[in-house]
Amino acid sequence: MKRYVIIGNSTAAAGCIEGIRQSDRDGTVTVISKEPYHIYSRPLISYLMNGKTDLERMKYRPDDFYQKNRVTTILGQEAAKIDAQNQFVLLENGQGIPYDELLVATGSRPFIPPMEGIKKVEHPFTFMTLDDAKQLQQKITPDSRVLIIGAGLIGLKCAEGILGQVKKITVVDLSDRILSSILDVEGSKRVQEHLEEKGLVFYLSDSVLSFEAGSVALKSGGTVPFDILVIAVGVRPNTELVSEAGGEVNRGIVINSHCKTTLPHVYAAGDCVESFDITTGQNRVLALLPNAYLQGETAGLFMAGNEQESLPLFPMNAMGLMGLHMITAGSYEGEPMLIQDGDTYQKLFIRDGVLKGYILIGDIKRAGIYTSLIREQTPLDEIEFEQMKLHPQLIALSKQKRKQVLAQPH
Amino acid sequence: MKRVYVNEEWCLGCHLCEYYCAFANSGKESMIDALKGETIHPRIQVEDGGEIHFAVSCRHCTEPLCVKGCISGALTIEDGVIRLKEEKCVGCYTCVLSCPYGAIMPGEGKAVQKCELCLNNTHGTPLCVQGCPNRAIVFEER
Repeated sequence: MKRYVIIGNSTAAAGCIEGIRQSDRDGTVTVISKEPYHIYSRPLISYLMNGKTDLERMKYRPDDFYQKNRVTTILGQEAAKIDAQNQFVLLENGQGIPYDELLVATGSRPFIPPMEGIKKVEHPFTFMTLDDAKQLQQKITPDSRVLIIGAGLIGLKCAEGILGQVKKITVVDLSDRILSSILDVEGSKRVQEHLEEKGLVFYLSDSVLSFEAGSVALKSGGTVPFDILVIAVGVRPNTELVSEAGGEVNRGIVINSHCKTTLPHVYAAGDCVESFDITTGQNRVLALLPNAYLQGETAGLFMAGNEQESLPLFPMNAMGLMGLHMITAGSYEGEPMLIQDGDTYQKLFIRDGVLKGYILIGDIKRAGIYTSLIREQTPLDEIEFEQMKLHPQLIALSKQKRKQVLAQPH
Repeated sequence: MKRVYVNEEWCLGCHLCEYYCAFANSGKESMIDALKGETIHPRIQVEDGGEIHFAVSCRHCTEPLCVKGCISGALTIEDGVIRLKEEKCVGCYTCVLSCPYGAIMPGEGKAVQKCELCLNNTHGTPLCVQGCPNRAIVFEER
């Protein structure tokens, strides 16, 4: 009977548990997490802030999840060390947890850049975990002036979460545009205009010169008074357990296509790893929930001896901000094809005869058909791509492919 | 497992399946109350192009990318059917991004909507299939 151990209790862990249990009902599974909570969805913390979900509904899996999957949990305990030679995880309290197969799903943590005078800020917040959200929720009042450093996914989702509950939200970013990791220049501009209409104030191409008590001096010369500071400039993968055990780490933990690290019997998945992005042909950290699940599942399958290759991965993001939805995927290299129609902004990026990436803002209907073209690297000359340029449609596929999709089980 | 399968060559492009779907999910007792003067938001949608017509609804895949990618745990597999727990859905549209068939769409409220084979309403068996005049969609094992 195999002993499976998972460090981490979020998306990749769930994928791993469900992957293991597809073929191994007998082995023991132990989940170790420093957070004391039942598995919850991290990206839902912004929806918790504005009441679109609550603690009960944001549970990522039902209450009986661990019981049904026969998982032992060690919650509120941090894993301090992996002894890869003797195959055990050492907990902070000195207890050793032996494993036959181990998954490291330690996620990432907010990056806090050095900033002049930051010590004068009473409680700088970050926005990643349930505890972060709970603490921020307690602190905000209708009179709060909130300063967010970072106009990326986390900073802006935080802004959405507190919009309407505070007096003012100011966002500062070093970049000359918002959401620079998922949008192109024109797309960023559109979304920025929308957010400004909702009351957000942006200082772009700007950064902190120094903090004073209750205000910040910016490099551009401006001064912004604030009551609450949220730092959301980026995240760093939690790779230390693996690197200290002698496993290879670049920007993230290095894994192969089976999600295996360079250490024997040690796998890794999710925000802590570097993945192969098929749209660029390069390794990068793809810190996104759907990919974390797929990697966790692949790891679980392999850990249980069920050798099932994973699906190809690439960046993908769906998000709404104050009523405006956008879906993006892949990389933005190659020939862009732009369609702007009223409130809709659509850009497709084609290279070497295949779709490499897309940006949809506004009308996002059926975007997954485009995602599928990227995933399968479908040669566009094998489909009636003309019929898909305006709207993703299955009619552009060959009759045979349509039959496969719609008239056969899969 | 029984699924809704498409016989493309039999589809007339009449879009009746869309009306039956909208009715089935309206919670109303008669079609006239459900549909008269209303803009419908069906979970099955017909694609038309020249002579080609066919209906698209959830394929209830055995390896569903929508379920695997769902950020809230709102999408689940129950006895092979992909179900939506509406109260858990926050409308992030990651499933719209993930579904290779474009079969999940924004709903009328904050949640998305998808075909649940009429298990989510009082009909219990796909009303779109019952209403199809030409067996262009069928509910069967394949």
